[in-house]
Amino acid sequence: MIRTPLRPLARILLARQKGENPDTIERENLRLRHEEIRDRTRARAEVRLVFLSLGFLAAFATVGARMGLLAATEPVEPRSASAGAQILATRADITDRNGRILATNMQTYALYAQPKDMVDPGRVSRELAKIFPEIDPVAMERRLTDGRTFLWIRRVMSPEQMQRVHEIGDPGLLFGPREMRLYPNGTLAAHVLGGASFGAEGVSSAEVIGTAGIEKALDARLRDPAQAGAPLELSIDLTLQAAVEEILATGKTMLNAKGAAAILMDVRTGEILSLASLPAFDPNDRPNPLVKGDPGDSPLFNRAVQGVYELGSTFKIFTVANAMNLGLVAPDTMVDADAPRRLGGHMISEFQGKNYGPLLSVENVIVKSSNVGTANLALMVGAERQAAFFQSLGFFDPTVIELVEAPGAKPIVPKRWPDITTITTSYGHGISASPMHLAVAYAAIANGGVRVTPTLLRGGVPQNGPRVMTQETAVASVDMMRKAVVAGTATLADVPGYQVAGKTGTAEKPNAQGGYDTDKVVNTFASMFPADDPKYVLVVTLDEPVETSGSEPRRTAGWTAVPVAGEIIRRAAPLLGLRPVVEPPPVDELTAVAN
Amino acid sequence: MRPVFFVLSFLAVMGLAFWAYRENYATQSALREMGRLQDEIASLREALALQRAEWAYLNRPERLRELATLNFERLGLLPLDPTQFGAAAQVSYPAPTILPGDALFPDISNPVDVTGQTSTEMAPPPADGQFP
Repeated sequence: MIRTPLRPLARILLARQKGENPDTIERENLRLRHEEIRDRTRARAEVRLVFLSLGFLAAFATVGARMGLLAATEPVEPRSASAGAQILATRADITDRNGRILATNMQTYALYAQPKDMVDPGRVSRELAKIFPEIDPVAMERRLTDGRTFLWIRRVMSPEQMQRVHEIGDPGLLFGPREMRLYPNGTLAAHVLGGASFGAEGVSSAEVIGTAGIEKALDARLRDPAQAGAPLELSIDLTLQAAVEEILATGKTMLNAKGAAAILMDVRTGEILSLASLPAFDPNDRPNPLVKGDPGDSPLFNRAVQGVYELGSTFKIFTVANAMNLGLVAPDTMVDADAPRRLGGHMISEFQGKNYGPLLSVENVIVKSSNVGTANLALMVGAERQAAFFQSLGFFDPTVIELVEAPGAKPIVPKRWPDITTITTSYGHGISASPMHLAVAYAAIANGGVRVTPTLLRGGVPQNGPRVMTQETAVASVDMMRKAVVAGTATLADVPGYQVAGKTGTAEKPNAQGGYDTDKVVNTFASMFPADDPKYVLVVTLDEPVETSGSEPRRTAGWTAVPVAGEIIRRAAPLLGLRPVVEPPPVDELTAVAN
Repeated sequence: MRPVFFVLSFLAVMGLAFWAYRENYATQSALREMGRLQDEIASLREALALQRAEWAYLNRPERLRELATLNFERLGLLPLDPTQFGAAAQVSYPAPTILPGDALFPDISNPVDVTGQTSTEMAPPPADGQFP
């Protein structure tokens, strides 16, 4: 670059001759130079700005064009992506704890009509009525010819029916693919599974939503596309469930019971291995709820979870356990059991007017199921501590099992606890709970005094819940219930080898007049096995059973629920892998035989 | 020199164009094949699900129970019973394998026909003419 000197000698000399200040020349030149620098910098900055704005323009144009392109193109599946990570739009399967399918999906088709494309609505209506018996040909023809442009005819159909519709050959009849929920085991575990139906429907697909049971309670999990590949594993064991339902159904028929329920539960993990309620229904073809009458009479009613009953003498062990836990009594303490006795202003008597008194050990209160003895123990404990103990066992709140029906089954608890309430609740009257509540409370006794949360999902680990009683109390309570089975009210459940411990309960049903029906009872047997280290709790409840093999009808649990429970344990325990502790018959010893 | 360079670059352009043309068609055919395979996988999955459902349906406990009842004479199947558990003491030990050198090993220094004889007591060799 040629630099212009700031003080050019010629001009300086000239200025000096004229007597001017040469510094002005330098300042003038300096100013010119600065102006030149400024102009150059500005031009460079302008070029930069133009480039920058062009860059921004190109970037935004690219983004805009890409957005426009995406908005304008038809959606296509990514063809080059691998099918490794599964995102499936289907509802997840439900399996039992061994992976056997309880609920799955099946591809089927829905039938709809577009009457404007239909050639001969009259013939189509007659042919459809031949294939689907529920269709009325006259009504169908009227609907096809009243000017509508779209009409659903069938939600699902079998491949044979679909072929026959094809053979009608009318262009106005069309098929839409459908995912259908299928329960291959029919009525088995129906109350656990609940059922499913169609939600929002379109021509090319329909959403499947759960309507009851675990299908509704865990609907979000089952519909989650990210987990569709992984089946939902329940804690139910299909083989056990089948055996329990078979025996329960036989017992229900033999004892002329209105209904029956059974719960088999792992006492440490809280896993429900079997949950049965009879009468059952087929979830593939779920019946409509009853519009009149008692909803409890519907087969949809889950007696094990929704059925809230007075559970009778099965509660006595809680009263006794509470008294022992508070250190008020020991198993061999003698208590007053003189019957009939006026307590809290009411006459309390024993079954069939017996008298086990005047004194009875705490252990024999359970073995003989003495009302008066239990009532006296309850009065020793007091209302406040009794209510608190029932609450700690979970009798004040609905169970938290994964069924949509569970939160609605709230136990009926007395609002106030005067002495008479303390007395009646001590032997299970005036307080109503579901068999599931009872199973949870018995599990707490069976596992050494820790409360567990029942669950229908597999993968249970031993729960470390809140402690509700000491280990010693729990062990002593189990011993007492073992004696009730060996020599008390539940001898018919003494399955050889499995050391069953349990307590019977017979409660008369409250009637509409506010009293109790003597010939309508709810029989319960709550048991645990094996008694030396209880692993499982089984609760069997029969609704209005009667045993008629004797000279007069018998309605006590010892004759109804107990033998049913005994048979269930005899069948279920080997399936659970429990080996009987009886010694096997002696092996034939080798004998030396002289020839 | 320059014409040679022109010819070479022209040939290179032609070669690259041919290569790009082939790659384009190969890609498209690979995508088509992938689409076909994915359709096949989907339909196989569907068939698999249906077969699983059918397997579950055919193996439902109710049906198995009926089949066991129908075929009771041939199979004699009954529900598992507590008495079917055995004790380890009931299982007999396997017969000891007798090796040469053991005390119980038969003495075969005298060459005789010992076919079919496992007893430790050697039978006397049959006399002549007594073979069947």
